[in-house]
Amino acid sequence: MSAEIIQSRREWLLSDRPASRLQARLGRAYVTWRRFSANRLALIGLLIIIALLVVAALADVLAPYSPTIGDLKNARLLPPGAAHWFGTDDLGRDIYSRIVYGSRWTLYVVILVAVIAAPIGLLVGTVAGYAGGWTDAILMRITDIFLAFPKLVLALAFVAALGPGIENAVLAIAITSWPPYARIARAETLTVRNSDYIKAVQLMGASPFRIVLRHIMPLCVSSLIVRVTLDMAGIILTAAGLGFLGLGAQPPLPEWGAMIASGRRFILDQWWVAAAPGAAILIVSLGFNLLGDGLRDALDPRSGDQ
Amino acid sequence: MSGDTLLEVDDLRVTFPTRTGLVQAVRGVSFSLGRERLGIVGESGSGKSQTGRAIMGLTPPQAQVSARKLAFDDIDLLSISPRQRRSLRGNRIAMILQDPKYSLDPVMTIGRQIVETLRTHEKVSKAEARERALAMLQAVQIRDPARVFDLYPHEVSGGMGQRAMIAMMLITGPELMIADEPTSALDVTVQLDVLKILDKLVAERGMGLIFISHDLRLVSSFCDRVVVMYAGKVVEQIKASELRDAQHPYTRGLLNCMPRIGFERHPLPVLDRKPEWAA
Amino acid sequence: MSVAENQAAAGGGSARAVAILSALGRFLVIAVTTYLGLLAVTFFIGRVIPIDPVLAVLGDRAPVAVVERTRREMGLDLPLIEQFYIYVKSALNGDFGTSVLTTNPVMSDIRRVFPATIELATLGTIIGAVIGVPLGVLAAVKRGSLIDQIVRIIGLIGYSVPIFWLGLLGLVLFYAKLQWVAFPARLDVVYEYTFTPITGFYLLDAAMQGQWDVFYDAFRHIILPAALLGYFALAYISRMTRSFMLNELAQEYIVAARAKGLSETRIIWGHALRNAAVPMVTVIALSYASLLEGSVLTETVFSWPGIGLYITNSLQNADMNAVLGGTIIIGSVFIGINLLSDLLYRVLDPRTKAG
Repeated sequence: MSAEIIQSRREWLLSDRPASRLQARLGRAYVTWRRFSANRLALIGLLIIIALLVVAALADVLAPYSPTIGDLKNARLLPPGAAHWFGTDDLGRDIYSRIVYGSRWTLYVVILVAVIAAPIGLLVGTVAGYAGGWTDAILMRITDIFLAFPKLVLALAFVAALGPGIENAVLAIAITSWPPYARIARAETLTVRNSDYIKAVQLMGASPFRIVLRHIMPLCVSSLIVRVTLDMAGIILTAAGLGFLGLGAQPPLPEWGAMIASGRRFILDQWWVAAAPGAAILIVSLGFNLLGDGLRDALDPRSGDQ
Repeated sequence: MSGDTLLEVDDLRVTFPTRTGLVQAVRGVSFSLGRERLGIVGESGSGKSQTGRAIMGLTPPQAQVSARKLAFDDIDLLSISPRQRRSLRGNRIAMILQDPKYSLDPVMTIGRQIVETLRTHEKVSKAEARERALAMLQAVQIRDPARVFDLYPHEVSGGMGQRAMIAMMLITGPELMIADEPTSALDVTVQLDVLKILDKLVAERGMGLIFISHDLRLVSSFCDRVVVMYAGKVVEQIKASELRDAQHPYTRGLLNCMPRIGFERHPLPVLDRKPEWAA
Repeated sequence: MSVAENQAAAGGGSARAVAILSALGRFLVIAVTTYLGLLAVTFFIGRVIPIDPVLAVLGDRAPVAVVERTRREMGLDLPLIEQFYIYVKSALNGDFGTSVLTTNPVMSDIRRVFPATIELATLGTIIGAVIGVPLGVLAAVKRGSLIDQIVRIIGLIGYSVPIFWLGLLGLVLFYAKLQWVAFPARLDVVYEYTFTPITGFYLLDAAMQGQWDVFYDAFRHIILPAALLGYFALAYISRMTRSFMLNELAQEYIVAARAKGLSETRIIWGHALRNAAVPMVTVIALSYASLLEGSVLTETVFSWPGIGLYITNSLQNADMNAVLGGTIIIGSVFIGINLLSDLLYRVLDPRTKAG
């Protein structure tokens, strides 16, 4: 009985004559999901990211100790054990609890960078692509100039001028990471700019502003999401690098890069202080990379083997 | 059949594993070939190219090739080692591909590519290899061999590229040549030139030729015998001179597609494809 | 065949000259605007973002008289566009001001430390290319096999691991536990006084002077950070090599090469890789540029006295002139390599020579 329902549901989703827009969309999503879930590594990546979200949401429940206040008297630099799974740091703070809370800062950074950089890139790219001519030439030259810069060093200089802090680190990373999005958005815009349906909208008297906003931007979103996901790992690594150099999150924030920096002094004797946060960074960026690869393959089967 | 048997193909099958199961591209093809010109005709997907590649041993690694008999000069091609197979390829059996734009290595000069074939199969000095390559270029009627020798493939025209391809494949003096649509990618004006050169060299050297094409008219004017393939099977084998009396409706269909001067035909005939021919 | 191709094939000398000139012109426009862009951004960072650029340069402990003098010296009373003009002019002359920390001109500091970075990044790129290219080729040839999976995972981890963290773990393992490599520095203190470098590349200098004990010591110091950078280059290079090789192996000329009876070895290394080599040059150049950039973090971990360490030390001391000077130099080299690799691509590929 239930098997039959599932069967008919599948047929409904895979129908090549969808009766409604919703059915067509769900059907496409279902096909993409089937392609995505056939990729084991991509599923692992998705699982890692879901785990990251869960840990960040439930940090208060999952963390047995405070992330900022330690037991200086009794618990300094303890090795991993039953009471402190990943050991404690030089201020007697439980490293496991700090990593759990640190997941929030990681999410904070990647989400904020994506929210700032992706719209900038989208705007620059679609406007350049739709306007063409000199606007296009100038905007793309600026994009290429930024694309040619060394991102980490430039972010470093930005934070040096703005002053250390996690918000400034986010800003610096965002400023250096929008150009690829502009390139992608422009390429997508160029493919649809001369299509008939855009012509139709033009004939109906829609303003260029409205065309770009309502008819072109939505089309760029899916390829942009793939690219942003693929960039997440790089953003996390840059943020951690800035944190490691003391330019990102400031103590006592439990940001993973800064935690590695504070563990650096004891690295030869108490290696666990630096080891655990680094492993957390590795796992999360691996998750984003696997997820991004999987999304790209699922959404664009042609590039499957690249 | 003129002369001794060069190639014998009996019940050749080429199978590809795909996501939905096994797909047979070639399904039991049989023919034999002497020192003559045999045309294999069929539409795209009929298995004609895969037949040629199976004889060469150039099917993709995932494909399975089986046959009751696949013998070249009494050598069982399916049982010899890959190394032995390789020593036949380019040496005694050669192949010309469709489009010189893609089938010549773009970053190697034409001369080096010709010399490479020769030096793979014969121990000759560099100077001698160069001499023979230049002579070969002359033989395919390239006017200025010394100049073309040092050109890259993109620097010559399609017709010139295909002549270079022929030179590259003929330099070792093979006994069997498989030409897979050798002129389809060329300008109409040079197609005939290239064919004439190929025809002349094949005749002079007494080679066997398998000419694979979708163009029945071309094949019938150029070959001694024609094999018509449809959906991986041979539907008809016939002498080119007797093509007018072809029995099979598919062959007749192909023939009727040809426009003739003086006859206006409306509507244009559509090829009939009956599933039972493929069965 | 297009009209342009026909002309090129006919050997239209003037058409070719025009094509080359226009390509050169485009290249110049790109180079000039990119460098101007870099200077504009650093100018913005140094002069516009800080509320008081003088304080940013001198720090807040400087006496008032010095602050006033510096303000005039920096030309901060001039309009912004004029300031930028002066800024560009002095930057082109290699004048980035004086470092507060070392009291030397920033340029002379950089000249002193840059060879260390170049040496490190070069060795790293060599390691990455020598291992990464064959791995990528192998992965493409044995596509879908175990080795392909392994290469993929090595690459994925390389993309995901924080470089400074891996460096720290490497120090724990290879320096503290196994004692295979020397402590973080360029040379043992003993040699610091007896060894006089010529070029600033210690491995090269030691070899040229025949001081093999110094060479060995320098090698023990450089190998861990270089291997680390090499791993990052390898992750990128092997992935791109695999992708390029898969693309080449699917081409018709590979079928033709097999039809000629060539061995697989010859086909893979003599034909497919030769074709893939053209884009590979760009990839290797780009990974070299990114290693120069990555040196900022690696050098900090390994106390490697290069430009990266110079920048981070200056950062800690709010020495803005030094930070921006270092940024401009790394940026310039980075951009230069980017542009050069593009040019090299054109030179190496016989297909683009015609125009």
